[in-house]
Amino acid sequence: MAKKKTSKKKVVKKKVVKKAATKKTSKKVSKKKTTKKSSASTRTKSHSRAERDARTAEKLSGLAQNIVDSVFAGSEPEMDVPVRAASNTNWNAKKGILEMGDSVGNRQLFNLGQARKFMQTLIHSKSVDELLEADKTLSLRGMFYKSLHDIEGTKEKTFDDQTESDGILEDLEVSLGSLREELHIFAKKRGTMVGNITVVDNGDEINCRKMGSGGYAIPSICEPDVIQFKNIDAKFILHVEKDTVWQRFNEDRFWEKHNCILTEGSGQPTRGVRRMLHRLNKEHGLPIYCLLDCDPWGHYIYSVIKQGSISLAFESSRLAIPDAKFLGIRAIDYERCDLSDDVKISLNDRDISRAKQIAAYPWFEKDKQWQREIKKMLSNGFKMEVESLITKDISYVTEEYVPARLKAKDWLG
Amino acid sequence: MAKGKSSRSRANAETMAAKQRDISVSEFFAKNRHLLGFDNPRKALLTTVKEAVDNALDACEEAGILPDIEVKIEEVTPPPAVSKPGRYRVTITDNGPGIVRKQVENIFGRLLYGSKFHRLKMSRGQQGIGISAAGMYGLMTTGKPMVITTRPHKNKPAHHLELAMDTSKNKPEVTIDVETDDFPEGTGTRVAIEMEAKFFRGKGSVETYLEQTAISNPHCSITFIPPDKANENPDLAEADPDITADDQGIVRTQEFSDRIVYPRTVDELPPETEEIKPHPYGVELGTFLSKLKQTEEKQLTGFFKNEFCRVPPSVVASVTKEASTKSKSFSGSTWVKTIDSHDAEKIYKALQESKLRAPPTDCLSPIGVKTMLAGLLKGVKAEFYTASTRKPAVYRGNPFQIEAAIAYGGDLPGDQQARVIRYANRVPLLYQQSACSAFKSVVDTSWKNYGMQQPRGGAPVGPLVVMIHMASVWVPFTSESKEAIADYDEIRKEMTLALQECGRKLGQYIRRRQRMKRDAQKRDVFERYIGEIAKACNHLTGVDTKDFYDKLLEQAKARTEIADAQLDDEGNFVKDEHGRLAKDDDVIILDSKAVDDASPEGDSTISETKPVTKKKRVTKKASKKKRTTKKTTKSASGLFGG
Repeated sequence: MAKKKTSKKKVVKKKVVKKAATKKTSKKVSKKKTTKKSSASTRTKSHSRAERDARTAEKLSGLAQNIVDSVFAGSEPEMDVPVRAASNTNWNAKKGILEMGDSVGNRQLFNLGQARKFMQTLIHSKSVDELLEADKTLSLRGMFYKSLHDIEGTKEKTFDDQTESDGILEDLEVSLGSLREELHIFAKKRGTMVGNITVVDNGDEINCRKMGSGGYAIPSICEPDVIQFKNIDAKFILHVEKDTVWQRFNEDRFWEKHNCILTEGSGQPTRGVRRMLHRLNKEHGLPIYCLLDCDPWGHYIYSVIKQGSISLAFESSRLAIPDAKFLGIRAIDYERCDLSDDVKISLNDRDISRAKQIAAYPWFEKDKQWQREIKKMLSNGFKMEVESLITKDISYVTEEYVPARLKAKDWLG
Repeated sequence: MAKGKSSRSRANAETMAAKQRDISVSEFFAKNRHLLGFDNPRKALLTTVKEAVDNALDACEEAGILPDIEVKIEEVTPPPAVSKPGRYRVTITDNGPGIVRKQVENIFGRLLYGSKFHRLKMSRGQQGIGISAAGMYGLMTTGKPMVITTRPHKNKPAHHLELAMDTSKNKPEVTIDVETDDFPEGTGTRVAIEMEAKFFRGKGSVETYLEQTAISNPHCSITFIPPDKANENPDLAEADPDITADDQGIVRTQEFSDRIVYPRTVDELPPETEEIKPHPYGVELGTFLSKLKQTEEKQLTGFFKNEFCRVPPSVVASVTKEASTKSKSFSGSTWVKTIDSHDAEKIYKALQESKLRAPPTDCLSPIGVKTMLAGLLKGVKAEFYTASTRKPAVYRGNPFQIEAAIAYGGDLPGDQQARVIRYANRVPLLYQQSACSAFKSVVDTSWKNYGMQQPRGGAPVGPLVVMIHMASVWVPFTSESKEAIADYDEIRKEMTLALQECGRKLGQYIRRRQRMKRDAQKRDVFERYIGEIAKACNHLTGVDTKDFYDKLLEQAKARTEIADAQLDDEGNFVKDEHGRLAKDDDVIILDSKAVDDASPEGDSTISETKPVTKKKRVTKKASKKKRTTKKTTKSASGLFGG
């Protein structure tokens, strides 16, 4: 409530200023604002970052200026938003990644279906501009609250929930061609890593060999200006699906024994985790092996790590790791490892249709190994989690399963 | 047995002849009073009021006076039981021309005496039995004479008479005949009749009759003082002589604690109608023969010219030629006297077969589109009104003209059958609805085409009032009590056409209203968002918030312009800054609540969202009022604190 009040006051104040000034002076005011901003920012941030922020601010005001110009010219206020949908996602077989197509949607104010989104995009633009001005970053949830208020004179909220807000921010990224971090927005931290590497995070050196039982939390922004690497002794990266499995490997000091980096993505890895893996893979040539559940969800996670996702197809070139390998769990492991019946979780209808969808992905479609893998899972009629290997022995997965797979170079690519 | 019987003398021609005598018309009707609408005590009050008011209106119009009529019903003895009739005194006062002393007995005391029967002229009363029959009914049920007060000359005292009718002689008896000053200023007539009757409200009541009369006669002002008004609704205000317009600027019917006032909303009398001679097509052989016998004309040409219309000498020539035979030939100069009944039949036949021009139609005085709208506006609270007047047509040689009007929406109940109000020569018809040609034509019209619901073989269902008027020099009623229009094909066809004209406009309105509703909703959405957009753009580009907001609002309005479009009589959109049309049209649309209800928010955005509907006023008085009641529209600046 208090926040809302102050924002209102601000508006009134601005208005008074505007009223006194003529149109020309009001333009000057805005110019002054930007110069002030840049001078303020040079004091605190590096030159390249200040430049980048200025660029972003320019893009934001350009977006709004286009709308203002077209309205004063008497034409329809609209903005171009690249389509983030399967229909506008192309599979680039050569690069092995998903790419966003060229189709651009017109978001119009005077279209009943788009009016609300149009407004939300502009409100978020304003919030982002304010972030840039203050040189601060906010989480996605923070952005939701920053832009949340009742629409003047009504009881309608600008955003119903965070999901709505998140979608608009992704739209904004795409239409501006700016990455989330350039907009000063970060996601919730998710994902952990340990291993034979030292990370420089915002100037602080973090030795990932000495992270205790908790591990280093991978930040949501892993761009080179924030994160640098040092002392990379590890030879590969083992990425596991979730925290519980990662704990097993960390407790058994797997990374020490096999000289690797151990990461975990808590389900589908966030952009931060994927960016980290991507950089380690591209910049330092570390191969990536994934240990995921034997179910459609696990296969999908692998697919996202490898090729990118539909909704973030515009970032695939910075996130996708086409040569990531799928180490397991494999459908044949039930027999191969002689597992008990207790580990079986039967596939439900949704799993089956999902599996068929994944099998039809263009990057899996022509891959005979993957077709066999999915077919086998379907004929098994059940799925298995990584934890199922615990039924053999508590440390079976770290001491026998993974080393054996690595040694035999038995993986899916 | 047979012997005993034969001893009693049977009637012979002489004894029978002794009993045979004239039957007075009055006696006949005294026994057959149901033929005149006095079949039961419930109907007695209505028929009395109806006859008196019809006469008063006719008299006023003929004299060129704007009618002011007061109808008062007093309870003399309350009904002893619910099923039994009580005793009431009905008093009807008008401001008409009055009646000269020597005619009073004839007009009020004799059945079948009047000025209207022998002529072909459009008027309310026709047979001249009405008011005297009412007096006779009162006399028979209470023994009280009819009390008449009339002042034919402005500055002279009024005549006060009490009349009792001698039914056996069809002659009135004057029991009191004095002069009095106890009468309102100016000319006029007051009739008071005491009778056994039942007072009630609702369908077929005096109130309904007066309400409908007020609709078809907006040029008259009627005050109704019922016996039990005061007890019914204690919240009603005291009577106020100044009739004021309501917040929509319309003068409507008003209820007070003791009376109901149907105000005058049109200041023009209906045009006077011409009397016409009968058209040959509408004349039967017997009438033709009697006309031949009675005529003062000597020769056929003159006879046809003076007794009929549309029979010029050229037609007479061809008709007589057609009727001529070898033995006897006729021409225009044939002496009327020489024509026997056989010849007459021949001429009659030839006349019927010859091609004649349709009768003149200047004898008809339709209510007119504007007046019908004014009447409906006063009496029916709706949002859409339209009316249509057909061109005159002819049935059986009688010219007639059909008019229809409809009122839709507003406060009308939406889940009931449409109310059909029928008129013949501006007189409401209250009974025998389903036997009436007008009602049948409403059922025949397919209202589904116009966006209404209609059960098979029934009247449409929805918030609708349908008004049908037949104007004619001779309205064909199905019975003497004048309750239903006979079902002639020509009449039915005209009625259906008139209803279709109105229906089309209604259909257009209903469809446009749906579009307006959609656009109003759209605009509401846009308007909600542009304030936010203006603020964001101000922050990002430095554009002036107010300027930009106004510009966006302008676009939003342009894109949803249907929401405040006006509909012209064709249902097409007409743009008008003031929200009304200057041109004469036959449609009135008032603020529709339906559109208001569509906007989800209470009041903050509504002033912008609400479609401006056109309001048309009929009287000068009302249009003055309107300006003051017009809502001030909240400007967009309110959003930014002005």
